[in-house]
Parts: sequence; C-alpha cells; structure tokens
Amino acid sequence: MLLSKLCRKSSGAASCKLLVRSTSGVSKPKYDYDLVVLGGGSGGLACAKEAVECGARVLCFDYVKPTPVGTTWGIGGTCVNVGCIPKKLMHQACLLGEAVHEAVAYGWNVNAQNIKPDWRKLIKSVQNHIKSVNWVTRVDLRDKKVEYVNSMGRFVDAHTIDYRTKQGERRQLTAEHVVVAVGGRPRYPDIPGATEFGITSDDIFSYEREPGRTLVVGAGYVGLECACFLKGLGYEPTVMVRSIVLRGFDRQMAELLAAMMTERGIRFLDTTIPTAVERQRNGTLLVRHHNTTTQADGGDVFDTVLWAIGRKGLIDDLNLAAAGVATQNDKVVVDHTEATSVPHIYAVGDIVHGRPELTPVAILSGRLLARRLFAGSQQLMDYTDVATTVFTPLEYACVGMSEELAIESRGAENIEVFHGYYKPTEFFIPQKSVRHCYLKAVAEVDGDQKILGLHYMGPVAGEVIQGFAAALKSGLTVKTLLNTVGIHPTTAEEFTRLSITKRSGRDPTPASCCS
Amino acid sequence: MSLTLWNSRFSVTLLRQHSTIFTSAAPITSTHSSYYTFKSNTQQQNRNLTIMKTTNQLAGGADKGGNRSSNSARNARNVSQGRTSLESSASDTGVPPFNHPHCDRQAQYQQPVRKVKPLRGNYDYDLVVIGGGSGGLACAKEAVAHGARVACLDFVKPTPTGTKWGVGGTCVNVGCIPKKLMHQASLLGESVHEAAAYGWNVEDKIKPDWSKLVTSVQNHIKSVNWVTRVDMRDKKVEYINGLGSFVDSHTLSAKLKSGDRTITSQTFVIAVGGRPRYPNIPGAVEYGITSDDIFSLDREPGKTLVVGAGYIGLECAGFLKGLGYEPTVMVRSIVLRGFDQQMAGLVAASMEERGIPFLRKTVPLSVEKQADGRLLVKYENTETGEVDSDVFDTVLWAIGRKGLVDDLNLQNAGVLSQKDKIPVDSEETTNVPHIYAVGDIIYGKPELTPVAVLAGRLLARRLYADSTLRMDYADVATTVFTPLEYACVGLSEEDAVKTYGAEEIEVFHGYYKPTEFFIPQKSVRYCYVKAVAQRTGDQLVYGLHYLGPVAGEVIQGFAAALKSGLTIPTLMNTVGIHPTTAEEFTRLSITKRSGLDPTPASCCS
Repeated sequence: MLLSKLCRKSSGAASCKLLVRSTSGVSKPKYDYDLVVLGGGSGGLACAKEAVECGARVLCFDYVKPTPVGTTWGIGGTCVNVGCIPKKLMHQACLLGEAVHEAVAYGWNVNAQNIKPDWRKLIKSVQNHIKSVNWVTRVDLRDKKVEYVNSMGRFVDAHTIDYRTKQGERRQLTAEHVVVAVGGRPRYPDIPGATEFGITSDDIFSYEREPGRTLVVGAGYVGLECACFLKGLGYEPTVMVRSIVLRGFDRQMAELLAAMMTERGIRFLDTTIPTAVERQRNGTLLVRHHNTTTQADGGDVFDTVLWAIGRKGLIDDLNLAAAGVATQNDKVVVDHTEATSVPHIYAVGDIVHGRPELTPVAILSGRLLARRLFAGSQQLMDYTDVATTVFTPLEYACVGMSEELAIESRGAENIEVFHGYYKPTEFFIPQKSVRHCYLKAVAEVDGDQKILGLHYMGPVAGEVIQGFAAALKSGLTVKTLLNTVGIHPTTAEEFTRLSITKRSGRDPTPASCCS
Repeated sequence: MSLTLWNSRFSVTLLRQHSTIFTSAAPITSTHSSYYTFKSNTQQQNRNLTIMKTTNQLAGGADKGGNRSSNSARNARNVSQGRTSLESSASDTGVPPFNHPHCDRQAQYQQPVRKVKPLRGNYDYDLVVIGGGSGGLACAKEAVAHGARVACLDFVKPTPTGTKWGVGGTCVNVGCIPKKLMHQASLLGESVHEAAAYGWNVEDKIKPDWSKLVTSVQNHIKSVNWVTRVDMRDKKVEYINGLGSFVDSHTLSAKLKSGDRTITSQTFVIAVGGRPRYPNIPGAVEYGITSDDIFSLDREPGKTLVVGAGYIGLECAGFLKGLGYEPTVMVRSIVLRGFDQQMAGLVAASMEERGIPFLRKTVPLSVEKQADGRLLVKYENTETGEVDSDVFDTVLWAIGRKGLVDDLNLQNAGVLSQKDKIPVDSEETTNVPHIYAVGDIIYGKPELTPVAVLAGRLLARRLYADSTLRMDYADVATTVFTPLEYACVGLSEEDAVKTYGAEEIEVFHGYYKPTEFFIPQKSVRYCYVKAVAQRTGDQLVYGLHYLGPVAGEVIQGFAAALKSGLTIPTLMNTVGIHPTTAEEFTRLSITKRSGLDPTPASCCS
C-alpha cells in the first residue's frame, strides 16, 4: 500500500540541466517562478506538471537524505522508490511463490517442494524497475518543461528559497507560490542500537543481504505488509505490536487480518515494546523487549530488525519559521484549499496534517491545486471515502467508514452491517484456506440504506474495491447493491450477495458455494 | 465424493447437512402442518412478519428430526414473543434460517403477508420448476422459503459422445465453474514462468497433467453437485430427476428411471436452459465435441480446432493455449458478437499475440476421421471461396447454444416459443399467465448465471412474498475469461452511438501498464480501458470496458457504480488505489475525439 511521496531526493546519477523555461504571459515577472514545489514525490510532481500545463513557470526541488545505513534513491518520492511500487512487487513475488504450489494442485509438473527465492535477483529486478521509473520521471519532467533541481530547498522568507547547487554554492530564487510536498520518512525508536542496527522500509527493498529471521516492529500497514512478504519469501518474520494492529482501520477487519497472518505462521509479540538492540559477536542482533501487559522482559535474536513504527513529516530542514508557516507536530497545517497559514504557501501529500497518506490522494490534491492556482478552477479535493488496500497475502481493502466510526457518528441503532464469509472458486482445488475470506457493508438502517463503508478481505482486494469506491461516491445504497447483478464466478460478486445482517445474529458462513 | 477437497470449515458444514439428509425422511408433513397454522393465523388478521418468519423457522426446525417437538414448542412461544426472541431461537437451535441472498430491508423486515392464493388447490404442487440449473434452483429455493410447495425437475441428456452430469445446470457442470478453473490452471502455468522472473528457482519447462486437472475439476464439480442436493433437501425442494414435458397447462409428464410420473402444479417455471449447437456438416456430431465435453475429456485435447469466436470459443482456446495445446480459432464473421467491437478486436489481437491463430471468414465443411485417428477438417473461406483443410486431434464446436424447448411439448400447454427460446414479459411470464420462464431459455436476455439466479429469486418473491420488484436486465456486467481478461458493463461504444448519436457521446480511453507486468516482461500492448459517456450535462457513464488482469473483479464494483448513476466527474474525483489496474479508470483523461495518443508516457504518478 501506499506510502506516499517523499521529500527531497537526490538522484545519484547525471546532473540535470535546467531547461528552457516556458514563458508565461507576464512581461517582467516579479518573481523568478510562478511556482516552486519542494519535493519531487507523487504529489509534488503531479502539481508541478499540471501547473506547467496551465502555463506557469515551475521549478521542483527534490533531494533524498541517505538513511542511517546509507540507502538513497532517485526522483519520484516514497511511492516509486521505497513505497507502493517495490512493496507491490515484493508482494507479487510472494503471491507467485504461492502460485507455484497451487500450479501443482492444478496438475502442472513443477517441482514445488523446495522452491526458494533468490533475494538478490529479486532485489535487482525491483531496483531495475525503480530506476527505469526514475528515468521515465526525469524524461517526463523534461518533456513537460518542469525545471528540476536535485537539492534541498529551504525558506529564507515567504517568497524566497535558498538551496545549494551540486557545485556547493548557495543560491536563492523567488517564487510567487510555493507548494510544500516533502513527504515523510520512517521513525526510529529512541532506544539504544535503533539507528545503528535497525533498518526501515527505506532500506528493505534494496537490502543487499537476505533478511533472514526478521523482527518487524510496528503493526501498521507498512509493518504488516513487510512481515507478510518476508514470510512469503520464506524468511521468518515476527511482528512486535505495541498496542493494536492496523490502528485507524476497522477493528474487526484488523483482527481478522492478524488472524490470517497467524494462520500463515507469522508470530506476533503482543503489547510488547523494544528496549534495546545489541549486535552479537556472530553478527546477529539481540533485541531486548518488554511486555507492557505482563511486565515481563525478554530477549530474542534476529538477523534483521525493521522499524515500522510510523512516519514523520520532513519539516525540519525547511526553515518554515522564516516563512511563517504553522506546523503541528511534524506536519504542516492546511485548510480545505491546501493553503497553509501563509496564503501563498500550500502543502500537499504526506506532509499535510490529518490527511490520508496515500499516493493517489497526493496526486489528485496536487493536480487540483495547480488547476485552482493557474487555470481558474474552483474544484477542491474531496478527502472523503478514499479507498485503500493492505497488500497482505489475503489482501484487505476498504472504502468509507469503519464499523466503529459509523457507530460513533451515527449511533449503533442507526446502522446496519451486512456481512458474510465466502469461498473463492479457485481456492478449492489447491485447498487454500477460506477461513478469512470475509466481507462486510456498513450502511444506514433506514430508507434505501445508503452505504457508509465497504470492507473486503480476499484476493486482489484493491481491484475489487476500486469500483465500489466510485459507487460510494455515486451514492450507492444497499438496495442498489443487492440489485446489481454479479459477475460469476468472481469474488467481487460476493458484495451483491450480502444478505445477513449482524443484527440478525445469523451465521454468516455460506452453506453452498454456487448459485 | 471427495471430502478431501474441502477445507475443514466446509467439511463441518457438510457433515452437519449430511446428518440432516438421513433424518429428514418425514418433514414434509410437519411443514404442511405449520403451513396450515400460518394460514389460520393470517386469517385472524395477525398479519405481520413475525408469523411469516415463524413459519420458516418452523419448517427449518422440523427438518432437524430429533428436535422436532422442542422446536415446535419454542416456535409456539416465539409467535407470542415476536421477532427478537424468534431470531435468538434461530441462533440457539443452530438451524440455518433460509438464505435470502438478494433481499433488501423491505424484503427482510417489512415483508407483507403473502397473498392468500388458492395455493395447493387441486394440484400436487404450488410450483414446479423445470430445470435444476442456476435460475431454476434459485427460484425453487426462494419459493419454498416463502411457503410454497415446490418440486424441481432436472434431467441431463447425454452429449453425442456420452458426457453427462449432475444437478446444478450449465454453470456448475459445464460452464462458469469448470471454465474458470481451467482458466485458473492456465494462469498458474503463466505464474510459474513469472515466478522465475521474480527470482524463484523453478524450472520453467513445465507441462500440465491433463488427466489430473480434469480429475480435480470434476471432483470439485461433484462436490458442488452434492452440496446442491443437500441444500435442496434442507430447503425442502423436492428434486425429481426426470425429463418433463407438458400434458396440459397444469400437468407435466416426467420421464423417470422408474417410469413416467404425472405431476400437476398451479404454477410452472421453465428454466431448462440451453445446450451447444452442432453445425449441419458431415462428421460434426460423430467426431466433434463441445464445451459440454471438454471439461471431462478423458484424453489430452492436443491440437484443437475451436469453431466459433463467441466468448465460449475464445475462453476454450485461451485455456487450451495456456495449458500448452495448440488451439486454432475459426471465425465465421466477427469475434465476440454483441460485445464492443473495438474491445473484441483487442481481445482477438491479444490472443493472436500469444500464438493462437485465427482462421477468419471461414466455415467448416466436413470432419473426417483419418486412419491414424486424427481429424481432417475441410473448410472454406467465405470471402475468397478457397477451400483448405487441416488435421486436428480435437474439434470443438462453439458456434452458439440452443434453448431446450423441444422436449417440453410447449404446445400442449399453449406456451409460445420464438426459435428455440421462450419470449417472456417484464415479469418473466410467458403467454400463458401461470407459466413463467427464467434463465438461458428466455428469448433476448443475457445468458448469464447471476441473471438467471436473480431473476428466478425475484420471480419467486413476486409469486409467493408479495414483492413487486422486477428483474432489471439493464447494465449487467460480464467478463470473458480469456488469458488477458475482458470485462464490461453497460453500453458498447456502437450501441451508445446508435442510441444517442455519435455527437452526443464522449469516449475516454487509455492504454496502461500493470506494475507487475514489468519484471516478467509481460506484454502490456492490449491493456486498455475505456469509458463511454454522455458528452454534455452530467456526463453520465453509459458503459465501461476493461481489458487486463482480473477483469471481473475490477468491473463488479463499477457495475454497482453505474447502477448508482456514475458520472465522469465522479469517476475522475474518485481517488485511485495505488498500485492497482482498476485505478486506471480514475485516471482516464484522453477522449477519442481529441485524437491524442492514449498510450501512457510514464508508468507511475
């Protein structure tokens, strides 16, 4: 799933020449640029490119600070380099491993007994793909006449940005509008050995050695996805959970997801926090931890420790104070027009306080912002009902409200939850577990029963939910859903077959499989 | 029955139902008595849903044999206590209450009292359903759930090569289910190759074991047949394994193994479905097979000629290719008639790219068996008149399907047919008011399982539950399970042009590159989406078309969106899920009218 975009990044490769800028209609501009974008991730690039299309003179800064172990990457931000794209590819690798075993059940004469992945080959393939995307991104910027500077821009005042060139000289430029789209990076816990010996999702997709026995600290979607693809590739991940799994998601679905992972042999250390990481003489890592429920202290040895405890916004290097931009914790506060406390300075993407940290959100809000700034558009970004997916082996996707949120906002008496387990047709022959194939619809109890949220756990969850997200935006009701004819045999059609309400207390397990 | 196929959860379900089979010898009478109770209550103006539900609970409870008396007592209590206690009794007896899969709230909680019809009357049954396929079974089960006495006839005539199958109809036995499994097998073969590209140490010189695959598929089908039988027994649908033909409009003669049986019923639903056609050329029936045979073929198909380029022909050719055989598709006129022709062209091109030859504008002339057992097919190009021939191991006819009206003796009941189908009105009524038809036998409606299921269910509810909801045949989504899948909902571009005029529609389209395709270097040439929409005003979306992986999964939600009045502005303001292929719909921006290149420049963001 998607992280989002990043902030500055360095592309280690060729330096980028400034391009001929497109001229706007203004004869003698007051500022060097109509728009400067800080951060060349999904949101920043989308905004920059759209602004140029609307005739603006645009410059985009991008710079990637290396991680503690020295990982760095090219332009494009988190999603492309250390987020959605490599994560989805690793996930795919792991699904394909499963597919090999399933192929045997379907009669293919493949020797699936001892198949192993070649970590280095996989990493190389993934990184090659990323580099090709970086390159396409650069070409695209050039084609679209977005000036690109591989450096970290910081505010001198509200209209002036200071940066250091490749040659090391400091320069300044001025902009009428500034968009802050620097994104975020993973946090490290404040315990001994965390930065020295631990890695994060910034490192894992280009990790040179096999991760081996891995401790994943954190049970947000980043942690769970990493644990799952490591398991699928044959390593032994353990997930350390401080409090709850998948905070912010529907609780029932989150628990179901954790149960599915447990069924697949992923160990969970519940209510546990790490206290120290030490390197042992043989190179393995001793992690000391504390169970906050039992108060027991323990220790375990791992080959790799991966922190997935959350992400922080990259405001520190921006010198936002000089521009007078208000922040909250490590994020930038914006209004419904993406404007910060300084009217001509905006922010999009993961750096924004209190918005979903998702690539497509950043892209769409960046694009709509550019259109409002330079094309007279009035259209605002609609942050409601944003669908998202967790790419675990059985995937989880949802759109709209969780059951808790619906209860909280409407009252338990005013919502109806339809739910059901189901059995994907393809699961029978390879005897895959259908125990956690489940879906639910959270709806209003009255009238046509407007749908507030949809939740699906099963194969290709993102593909299934996307269309329903469009349906939710179109005012989908239970009445309409149940009169939508299914596509047989798919798993998505299960939504059209939902009939059992939680309130009825009936068994949501299907009796038959077809018709 | 291969229980090993089922996971443990399912096995438990089966065992529970299994025990029901052996203890349900005499439940009919007790159902009837509860029915009478219900009726008298109704007459006492005790007209509420509670009673309705109680009846169903009672029927279910009686089914449990040993618990019968205690259930009756509980139900008696429930009548006075109302719905809440009723539902708790459902859960604490463990009786699976009737499934009501497509019901809306109204149907569930505000169901009006059933029409007091002269049910039973002088007839053996309230409803006899002819045909135990998807539509017939759904209708029969739903009718029973609403208190009707129902029998369902099902009979499968063997194919010319002797293939036959169990209850459940085309979908389960020789349609969607085996086809999807064969498709999945072929995708998994591809996956093995892709796995190697992703770094797995698999040898990719792999071959399928046809007989193992067919055995697995058939075992699955047999288990579904069995579950279907159990389900009918649980739900008290009387199953008659016989071929029905009308004697008069209320009387059916059923040909059983044990002889003929005459059955009378107040109402009939004809749901006999269809079977593949054979061409009228020498050797067609003797040497050719159809989709009725391929899923249980006891030998490898080898080099196969697939005659016909409807979705069945293309799907068969697709999985045969994926399994390593050599299919050739013979096309008389066009590919995927009735579908959007641009998409059809892309589907065919994607298959040709995978090495499936298409013989276009070609019709078969004859099939002869050679001395070596292989089949010599002579064919003619209808444009050039050129006659040619080729030798195949298997010839598969996929030239269309015919409705099974012939054995029904429809004229005895006065039911009119059109060609080999039965025309019905918007309530699925034939020209004879108490005789209905659902499913593939209906003239001029989509031949799809979920259409038949929903139509059958809604019909039963109109007949026995005072529902007025009719089947909406518009905007039915469908998928073609070719190697690169195609799914669509709503209008094709041609139909939109025909309906609204070319000037009044806008077509948004784009090629795209699935993220997962890069590493194994799969061809993205035919990954394409388009949206056909109103040009002005709200820009209502008329149709959506998608060619790519898991197409059915992608389109289903959009089908619900179309039914909810999806517009282009809404589509474009729907935030994508990254990285998926379905999100490409939210990124559509190029119109055909603009003439801009719909090929993507970049792959991300």
